[in-house]
Amino acid sequence: MANQSRKIPIQHIVGFALSITLTLLAAWTALRSSLPVMWIIIAILTMAVLQAAIQLFMFMHITERGAGHAPWNMMFHAAVIAVILVAGSLFTMSFGFHYDNGGGDSQPEQQQEQHQN
Amino acid sequence: MQLDEFFVTGEPLIYAGMVAIALVTSAVIFLLTYFKKWGWLWREWLTTVDHKKIGIMYILSALAMLFRGGADALMMRTQLAFPDMNFLDAQHYNEIFTTHGTVMIIFMAMPFLIGLMNIAVPLQIGARDFAFPYVNALSFWAFFFGAMLFNISFVIGGSPDAGWTSYTPLAGAAMSPGPGQNFYLLGLQLSGIGTLATGVNLMVTILKMRAPGMTLFKMPIFSWSSLITMFIIVFAFPILTVALALLTIDRIFGSQFFTLTGEGLPMMWANLFWMWGHPEVYIVVLPAFGIFSEVIATFARKQLFGYSVMVWSIILIAGLSFLVWVHHFFTMGAGAFVNSVFSVSTMAIAVPTGVKIFNWLATLYKSKIQITVPMMWALAFIPSFVMGGVTGVMLGMAAADYQFHNSYFLIAHFHYVLIAGTVFACFAGLIYWYPKMFGHRLNERIGKIAFWFFVIGFHVCFLPQYFLGLDGMPRRVFHIVPEWFNLNVVSTVGAFGMGIGFAVFVYNIYYSYRYSEREKTGDPWNGRTLEWATPIPVPEYNFAVVPHVDSLDAFWTMKERGESPYDESKVKPIHMPSNTGKPFIMMGILTLASFFLVFEWIWLAAAGLIGGIIMMIIRSFDYDEGYHISSEEIIETERSARGL
Repeated sequence: MANQSRKIPIQHIVGFALSITLTLLAAWTALRSSLPVMWIIIAILTMAVLQAAIQLFMFMHITERGAGHAPWNMMFHAAVIAVILVAGSLFTMSFGFHYDNGGGDSQPEQQQEQHQN
Repeated sequence: MQLDEFFVTGEPLIYAGMVAIALVTSAVIFLLTYFKKWGWLWREWLTTVDHKKIGIMYILSALAMLFRGGADALMMRTQLAFPDMNFLDAQHYNEIFTTHGTVMIIFMAMPFLIGLMNIAVPLQIGARDFAFPYVNALSFWAFFFGAMLFNISFVIGGSPDAGWTSYTPLAGAAMSPGPGQNFYLLGLQLSGIGTLATGVNLMVTILKMRAPGMTLFKMPIFSWSSLITMFIIVFAFPILTVALALLTIDRIFGSQFFTLTGEGLPMMWANLFWMWGHPEVYIVVLPAFGIFSEVIATFARKQLFGYSVMVWSIILIAGLSFLVWVHHFFTMGAGAFVNSVFSVSTMAIAVPTGVKIFNWLATLYKSKIQITVPMMWALAFIPSFVMGGVTGVMLGMAAADYQFHNSYFLIAHFHYVLIAGTVFACFAGLIYWYPKMFGHRLNERIGKIAFWFFVIGFHVCFLPQYFLGLDGMPRRVFHIVPEWFNLNVVSTVGAFGMGIGFAVFVYNIYYSYRYSEREKTGDPWNGRTLEWATPIPVPEYNFAVVPHVDSLDAFWTMKERGESPYDESKVKPIHMPSNTGKPFIMMGILTLASFFLVFEWIWLAAAGLIGGIIMMIIRSFDYDEGYHISSEEIIETERSARGL
């Protein structure tokens, strides 16, 4: 690593600038633009996918080969955790499985409210 | 903002705290100036990238935090000793239980274990340092400044008071105005940067820098448990980072993620918090298991029984740790099906944990046990931890949890697992590796006194709390009623017993520094793993010749074959990283920025953030490639250290 690069790492700087731009753009879309809510959500989700792609290709060595394909291994684990996070949160937080909401449940009305939105 | 709003006023205890801080700070400054030690402090410690020195700094900070969290605990126990005590008022009591929990988990348990990993893991795997020594220094300073930011809250601005879990909506801006909760959010965020960086750093170190021949399944068990812990850190800590950031944005910039109004979802905080929080439990207990395994194998004079089963149970525990988080809030009322799923997954964790307990017992079976102080901590761990684990299974049954939830039964349970697991392991590990750090052993006799005070105090303190919980005493109350008096007073006596144990332990550090015999060999305990193959004091490059490993317990095999780990003919110049002050300065600036953000002085905070980014840019163009230690110098160091 020592001898390899005294030159400016163009790819990293471009990637960095792009990801900052996307972040600012997403913040602007959410806070200042007057788009309808659905379009805001679509726009920031699209930008999120682009952001992830920039990270993977420009910083995370996704195209690299050799050394036991470590990036793929980590990405597999990360994907599992992401699925647990999202599916698990939906599973526990959507209150979709009301068999018996009586015992010990102190504030059923409030939870109903949350459930409806 | 007036000055009397900036400083906390009106509490005699806090005034005493301020005086103490002022006195200690001026004493330190005076001593450093008087003995002309500023240069030494900067060169040897503040700018070091050596994993052994960083480990020592981690452990010293963690001991200071153990003192702080322990002082909080003693104040709480004093307040709860008698019915209607007026030692603390309600607000102060809330602040103290909040800081006690946060300090003990985030700023004591994790740094203590990470400090031990810093010292032991590179030595165990035959590496010369961490994969990224600069990042390691950065991690330490992130943790240290984060801890300082959190601790300063009790004299400046007021401490957080919403519990260590910081549940919304209570912790939101509407119900907890003022800087207190911000201290919690930013202190944790800052030290979280350090933890996450350590996670990546140590993972790479263990995966890539093992000595030749050391396959993963010939790796010492403590390194294994560290590796798995790092995986949990890397996958769990981002969840905390995001949750903290969302709540910070809620509080400071008025968004509505966790608020009651504006379609916020307060329970989502609990969900995210425990998605990190449960793996966090295993982050602090798996390394503890690793330490006990090392200690038990060393002093039972046997190879660890069922080594590969031990490894697989750690991996299984780590995997399951991401699937049980809802058991912390069964009473939220997600419904019978959700609770049943998490009840079952919770009980499943007891299986690999039980396997580990039996493996430790099997290692001890028919062995010639040497009763040293680290071994005593390990032996005390097994029954105490089992008591914590069994009550954990009771709490894991969702239906029964509706009775136990938020009672002292829960308090007793998690202190039984965290103290008997993590704290006992910290003591065992510190005493075990102490000769590697400081060149002498801790005194055995005083160590045993500290052990008995602490362990007996621990049981006297927490066993009654199970029964208090069953008698209906809820957690986080600051007045007890007469029905709970007897058991509470017993518990308080036990707490002070633990306090005495800790004091004796600290005295032992001083006593041994003065009077203990200096170690002449690098192997005071007749150890089995590679860290004992290095001389004492450990040279900055660790291994003059990187050993070749072909068995588990590599150093033990070497000793059996009569080989020496050092071969003068194989010495080559060693490439070392240069010291650098940049991590210290960078994290100092970011801490200042966080402090401004705590008080919501946005422009000052933004300026601090820009300062941090400038430091990162400077780092990006830093082409320092370190230096080489010549063969002659290595040979000279090794000869004097090994007495050749």
